[in-house]
Amino acid sequence: MLLQKFVENDVLSSLRDMQRLQQQLNRLLSAGGWPAAEEFPPVNVWASENGAVVRSEIPGIEPSDVEISLVNNTLTIKGSRKAEELKNGQRCHRQERGYGEFTRSLQLPFGVDADNVQARFSNGVLQITLPRAEADKPRKIGVKAE
Amino acid sequence: MPTELKEMNKQEVLTHNGAEQTRPGKVFVPRTDIYESQDHLLLLADMPGVGQDSVDITLERNILTIHGRVDPPEFEGYSLTYSEYGIGDYHREFALSNEIDREGIQASVRNGVLRLVLPKSRSAMPRKITVEAE
Repeated sequence: MLLQKFVENDVLSSLRDMQRLQQQLNRLLSAGGWPAAEEFPPVNVWASENGAVVRSEIPGIEPSDVEISLVNNTLTIKGSRKAEELKNGQRCHRQERGYGEFTRSLQLPFGVDADNVQARFSNGVLQITLPRAEADKPRKIGVKAE
Repeated sequence: MPTELKEMNKQEVLTHNGAEQTRPGKVFVPRTDIYESQDHLLLLADMPGVGQDSVDITLERNILTIHGRVDPPEFEGYSLTYSEYGIGDYHREFALSNEIDREGIQASVRNGVLRLVLPKSRSAMPRKITVEAE
């Protein structure tokens, strides 16, 4: 009897543990705060009928160190971020910032007017404006009554 | 072989010293490197979107506070359709030892990176003691 009770308790408490774990997991996932390693640099895209604006956070690089190319409506951002050079006798206490090479490609869901693509870089944020090609824009077709 | 750059998602500040924000919007923890050399500490913080004029640095007692303001971009007629990073201010605090020469702190922002040079006070610098011959 005693043993049975003990086993029951044990099963119940492990069930409770499981439940707690599941709750914690759900909370983590729903909060969206999952600290997963992501592609670098992260991009945000704003879109409208007339095109898209792509912004990307790439702090700590010079504008001349970014290479942007557009091939068949695929935008590629390429570059590298250099590590801070340690001078003689300098020690590192904390290093959270990454460095190295990066490449990001984004396929755009519309035909891009490649001649009018603009890119600017300010305060570590790259902004690329991609207008939609005139030929690719939706056109209204009027129906004539006969 | 070149290292490929991978970074964690921006981490959000959950509470602001236990108090909640009055300004709407998110606040993130800037990723920071700290280097120490013989005569100064060098602090580098990634704050993309923050310019020279929108960063506040305060030193109260021995707490160094960094706050960078970001104005979220808006494009008329456009809507945010895909988002990999959050947009918001940056906030972080560091406890400094008393060895910092407060008057000599230098701060600059370049390409979205805050660079803080915290010189050590004279008394904290290593000193060479020469042995005199008798």
